[in-house]
Amino acid sequence: MAIIGNPKYQDRIQHHLAKYETKRSAVMPLLYLVQEEYGWVNQQGIEEVAGILDLDPTQVKSIAGFYTMYSEKPKGKYWLQVCTDLPCALRGADEFHAWLKDELGVEEGGTTDDGLFTVEHVMCLAACDKAPMLQCNFHYVENLGQEKMRDLLAQWREEAAQPAKG
Amino acid sequence: MHILLRGREIDNIDQLEVYEKHGGFAGLKKSLAMTAAEVIDEMKASGLRGRGGAGFPTGVKWSFIPQHEPLKYVTVNADESETGTFKDREIMEKNPYQLIEGSLICAYAIQAKAVYIYLRGEFWDIGAQLDDCIEQLRQKGYVGENIMGSGYDCEVYTHLGAGAYICGEESALLNSLEGYLGQPRVRPPFPAQKGGGLYKEATVVNNVETLANCPFIMREGAEAFKAIGTEQSAGNKVYCVSGHVKKPGNYELPMNTTFRELLYDQAGGPLYDDRAFKAMLPSGGSGPIVPLTDDVLDTPMSYEHCANIGTIIGSASIIVMDESVDMTWVASKVTKFFEHESCGKCTPCREGTYWLDKVIDRILDGRGTPDDVKRIADVAENMQGTTLCALGDFAANPIIHTIKHFPDDFAQHVGAASAGGD
Repeated sequence: MAIIGNPKYQDRIQHHLAKYETKRSAVMPLLYLVQEEYGWVNQQGIEEVAGILDLDPTQVKSIAGFYTMYSEKPKGKYWLQVCTDLPCALRGADEFHAWLKDELGVEEGGTTDDGLFTVEHVMCLAACDKAPMLQCNFHYVENLGQEKMRDLLAQWREEAAQPAKG
Repeated sequence: MHILLRGREIDNIDQLEVYEKHGGFAGLKKSLAMTAAEVIDEMKASGLRGRGGAGFPTGVKWSFIPQHEPLKYVTVNADESETGTFKDREIMEKNPYQLIEGSLICAYAIQAKAVYIYLRGEFWDIGAQLDDCIEQLRQKGYVGENIMGSGYDCEVYTHLGAGAYICGEESALLNSLEGYLGQPRVRPPFPAQKGGGLYKEATVVNNVETLANCPFIMREGAEAFKAIGTEQSAGNKVYCVSGHVKKPGNYELPMNTTFRELLYDQAGGPLYDDRAFKAMLPSGGSGPIVPLTDDVLDTPMSYEHCANIGTIIGSASIIVMDESVDMTWVASKVTKFFEHESCGKCTPCREGTYWLDKVIDRILDGRGTPDDVKRIADVAENMQGTTLCALGDFAANPIIHTIKHFPDDFAQHVGAASAGGD
């Protein structure tokens, strides 16, 4: 599909175009729509955003490349971003991050063979009192330990095995 | 008493009816009945200083906005990305209407056309929550045209960042909001000036916690606010405590509270009973580290008292480390943060953080020399004052101050190398 002409996105595109003084300001929210549609920020999406905003695709690509939350390659269905910054590390986050990679059999930034999980470490996520923690697809998962994490992985695997809804 | 973290005292204050029942929008209503200049005077009289880190007097900042300019903006800095900071998140999650009310008070005081709340992208769910709040407020006449029947119009919007610490720097934030790379601008012109703010219009950029104080100040009066805290640091502050304490979390306390009260009475003391506190970073990764001596523990957590002990209270993200922690490792961790987050615009910061990281890794690996310790101190000193924004200075702090206070922690690594090397 595409984001242009896709009924799923039209209201949101219009909302973002309306809320700023310039079209260009909508580049960040529109890149999130691209990521939602394609699972990552691909060239097609970049060209669509450039078309909507009257920008050069290179300008859009530079924005996508500057920010870490726009993924420049496909990720697993569950994108796990573990905070290993100082406050979390003081509460065992480095060990937790190493264990999680081991548990899933992936290197830093790698994705499991079944395409389900990508593991990365990230900088402070504003959850320092709830370490170790991670964000799964930008949602907070906090106060983690190995047991809780194993349960969550099992839950996500089960969820992924269900036939897609609607 | 909580002024900010009221979600802890009042159930469901994140619901509009509950917020209204507990004095919600009384501060805005009172403001709308005053002139804009009177609101600014009230803010000045309160002594409120910016809670994002710099501590600049809020009312004074607002008064810099040229009233005759037809187009002005308020931008809320909700990019909360400083290592160890998680206060704005709790304010927005648990007491969102108070932030929006505070933003509207600021907007009215400078006669802004719109408010943009710039959230770090990871606050994805909070962005959706605030969008819902704004929609409800629009339906009830608190946002949009003719706010509360006053004839004043103002829109409120959210904008999500996408993972860049630098966007918490106000001029980088404005660039990001305009759809450019989130890199700092050359100043002047400053954001408050025509040509320097959002879309080149005069703009106030204030932190979430700063604005969330405004409804209380306008509702209860500047004197009530000024009565809390110290002479130069009025009001409560939300202190974020993390690291080696028993009860990490947010604590809202008057600004004359001492570190001892916070770390022992509130946060429960050292995480492990057999390990003493060694040091703290009172302002996240960016402020100078200090040893946790008795003198430091008995210092009030105000702007002026923290300056006396050679550090800053900043955003009050207090990272506590016990005696098991190697300060070389701390310097490495914080340097990796800044190396990752340097936006790449200014050479001293871009190259400096890169080389600091490389050399500290070498020291930690046992391949460093005593000269390497001098080298990183020298690199860090050369970064200070040479960049467009404060990030270059911030990145120098963990090196300079860990070496200054904990030279033995570095010596143990390079001593081993020099003994075994050539």
